Amino acid sequence: MSTLLLLVITGLGLGALYFLVASGLSLIYGLMGVLNFAHGSFLTISAFLGWEVGRRVSDGTWWGLAISALVGIAVGAIVAALTEYLLIRRLYERHIEQALVTVGLSLATVALFEGIWGTDPIYTEKPDWLGQTTEILGAKIPNDRFLLIACALLVLGGIVLFLRRTRYGLIIRAGVENRSMVTALGIDVRRSFTLVFAIGGAAAGLGGVLASVYYGYVSAHLGSTLLIFAFIVTVIGGLGSLTGAAIASVLVAVLQQFANFYLGGTGDLVVVVALAAVLLVRPRGLMGKVA
Amino acid sequence: MSEPILVVDRLAGRIAGQQVVEDVSFEVPATGVTALLGRNGVGKTSTIKSILGLIDRTGEVRLAGTRIDRLPTHRIVQRGVGYVPEDREVFGALTVAENLRLAERDARPRRELVEQLFPDLVQRRAQRAGTLSGGQQQMVSLARALVNENRILLVDEPTKGLAPKLVDEVAAALAAAAKTVPILLVEQNLHVIRKLADRVVVLSGGRVVFTGAATELLDDEDRIRRYLGVHDAADAVENTGTLEETR
Amino acid sequence: MMHSPDTDTDTPTTDAAASASTTAPTARAAAGAKGRAAASAPRMKRTLIGGLALVVLLAVLPLLAIDIPGVLPGPTYTPGTLQLLAYAMLIAALSLSYRMMFGLAGLLSFGHALFFAAGAYGLGMTLEAFAPVAWPSELVFVVSILVSLAFGLVLAATVGALALRVTGISFAMVTLAFAQAGSVIIRRNPGGATGGDEGLSLDIANVPGALVGVLNTRNLYWVALGVLVFVYLVVLWVEKSRAGHVAEATRENELRVRVIGIRPYTVKLLIFIVASVLAAVAGMGYLLLQSGASPRVATADFTLTLLVIVVLGGVGYRWGAIVGGIVYTLLDQRLTALAGSDFIAGLPAVLRVPLSEPLFILGTLFILVVLFLPGGIAGIPQRIRSGRTQHPVEAEEATDA
Repeated sequence: MSTLLLLVITGLGLGALYFLVASGLSLIYGLMGVLNFAHGSFLTISAFLGWEVGRRVSDGTWWGLAISALVGIAVGAIVAALTEYLLIRRLYERHIEQALVTVGLSLATVALFEGIWGTDPIYTEKPDWLGQTTEILGAKIPNDRFLLIACALLVLGGIVLFLRRTRYGLIIRAGVENRSMVTALGIDVRRSFTLVFAIGGAAAGLGGVLASVYYGYVSAHLGSTLLIFAFIVTVIGGLGSLTGAAIASVLVAVLQQFANFYLGGTGDLVVVVALAAVLLVRPRGLMGKVA
Repeated sequence: MSEPILVVDRLAGRIAGQQVVEDVSFEVPATGVTALLGRNGVGKTSTIKSILGLIDRTGEVRLAGTRIDRLPTHRIVQRGVGYVPEDREVFGALTVAENLRLAERDARPRRELVEQLFPDLVQRRAQRAGTLSGGQQQMVSLARALVNENRILLVDEPTKGLAPKLVDEVAAALAAAAKTVPILLVEQNLHVIRKLADRVVVLSGGRVVFTGAATELLDDEDRIRRYLGVHDAADAVENTGTLEETR
Repeated sequence: MMHSPDTDTDTPTTDAAASASTTAPTARAAAGAKGRAAASAPRMKRTLIGGLALVVLLAVLPLLAIDIPGVLPGPTYTPGTLQLLAYAMLIAALSLSYRMMFGLAGLLSFGHALFFAAGAYGLGMTLEAFAPVAWPSELVFVVSILVSLAFGLVLAATVGALALRVTGISFAMVTLAFAQAGSVIIRRNPGGATGGDEGLSLDIANVPGALVGVLNTRNLYWVALGVLVFVYLVVLWVEKSRAGHVAEATRENELRVRVIGIRPYTVKLLIFIVASVLAAVAGMGYLLLQSGASPRVATADFTLTLLVIVVLGGVGYRWGAIVGGIVYTLLDQRLTALAGSDFIAGLPAVLRVPLSEPLFILGTLFILVVLFLPGGIAGIPQRIRSGRTQHPVEAEEATDA
């Protein structure tokens, strides 16, 4: 029982990370049809800069972590918005080229990060409490899992509120469903493109700082590793569906934990098999719109 | 006659590199309903979409004398072009109220008018548009165009797939709208055309083959057969009647 | 008639009828290609002669002492240079096979590396498995190659049959998933068969002596050239075949191909399998050349590199993949050499850090090509001639307004 609980909560923590990356990917793809390979780099740069600022202010304290998180969110949002504005927008409606540009950006930035911060992981400090465990029903749960889950829930709630309550949210929801009809109602849908990139970048930026807490290090490949799973999550959840991304994040991460524990560390394989199975049975994913 | 509200001059449109509108020129007068007719696949919908810039196009389009053929779609619409697309294209995941709110461009949208015309929608404000019947979706689609003060409405097959009673309701709503705004209407149902259209423009093979008063065409069985491929107006009405709602 | 669903946005009916009535489904595409071929017969002859001359030149290169400082590490007869050129040609062959899928059939796969790895690891593992067998070593070598080819074929057919059930981004993701699975398996080193992160080293017991050792790099160079020519000819043959035309027509307009009664699925699967087996062939060449295989060649990053190469070279051109493969490999190698040079080490950090990362420069270059040079390197002459700016694959995307 305690093992089961530990696996589930650890899975939820990992799922929280996946969601922070996948939510932006899914919204961006849903609204703009852009498969954003640079999303992992948004996460990595935020993690690095968050760590750089955080450790200078106050290393290993809650205050330092909060600063890191704020820096990460800001960096993620700014870098993503700039990417959309400077690169993606020039290739309006040319989806293959847009994806290609993000591929190039991802290759170039990962190399740049390696040049600046080296190829080896840099271990990070975190507040003591996050390194300890809490006992629930006999299971010793690492405390950082709770932080991850709480943050992901906050982000989920925030994005949902934004989508439900604001005019831009309305435009984005409508645009995911039928972009050309939105323009046919006299709305410049492109303005919301930058916004969606910024929101996705902010979530990924927070994800970057939290990933450095979860893994205990930052590295140039932090984002690329998470990106592959985030892609899988996005596709399983249904491209463009925020709810789908949330559900699939949890399913994938928990499945991964269970397979790693009970099936001799085959978590990655099982996830891949799950993706293939879902796509073949239900090509549009769990919650995706009909293509 | 006063200056036309919309002038289309040698308009051509292409989708995926394929010519779907060859060379279309016509005018829409500043009042009344102008019907855009033709057999299936002659490019009526593509013509409307070309005017709106929803597909790649060349040629000239002038709205009240100003060229709009270089503008992106949203700017064209902002200049007072209301659009009711074929197949309604309501946002299924959004509620009726959200669909309407999204469409509101004016500082003072005409909510009362819409509520008057479509009382049914008031009750269903909170319902998701995707769960509405085809007729109700058409009302939403019409309401989205009527909630703003427009200089012209482009209405594409509003009665397609509707039961006869609903066809009459939609026609009545259009007739009411036509009192205040000129309409360019694509329509297959001859019964509706007879009731609404003042003028007709007939397309064939991607070009205009006939322009004139509606009566001129509708009173001529031979022309109807030649241009539209039906024998009898009554026939068309009957056929439409047998169609159940498709959504 | 009146009440049938109106498909106004479709092509005029006369057009569809015309193509449906012809017996040869892709008559128009085929006729177009033939027309072009007939019109430019002298040019084709020139191309053929030029191609042959180039192959001959490449073949005698190891016997010459051409030195291009800055581009090649040394004169062309030295093993280091031959090794690099051979590697570039294998990457070019692999890129050609990838271009056939992406450029010709419009299949954006993120899993092509899987088949290259299948060829390399397949041959390496079979050679190791057959090592104790008492057959003559030539026989073991040939059998091993055949077994690996069969393995590549079966793998390609299986993955292709499953992945092609979905299209577009979903297809890309399923192929990515399979490749990722392959990559994970290779890294996990099941039963010590793949060598895990260390990579697999070639068991030379049954490899012909002429293909082993630094002194025989020349022979390996010729093998690589042979692989490139072979892949080029197969790709050319497929593109000119009926299947190639149907694939091209499917990319442009799948609906139309369906309408005239052809299952695009079968054609796409065929292209997928041929491209994948060719990738496996290139993979075998790579194993022999490098005397081993690194798990890097199974990663998604490696497939992304192929995508970069093909786009860099020019998706619309067969030559593009070859030019892209060779330019990319040489650049990568030379930039790495540059990164370690004293010149770079002497620069201030702002310049030193980015310039010492070859992938940063290549990635940036790639972005610039996509933004400003649609058509890639191979498209430059065409651009200069006609001032044309449209990217070959962009037409299908451009209209989704």
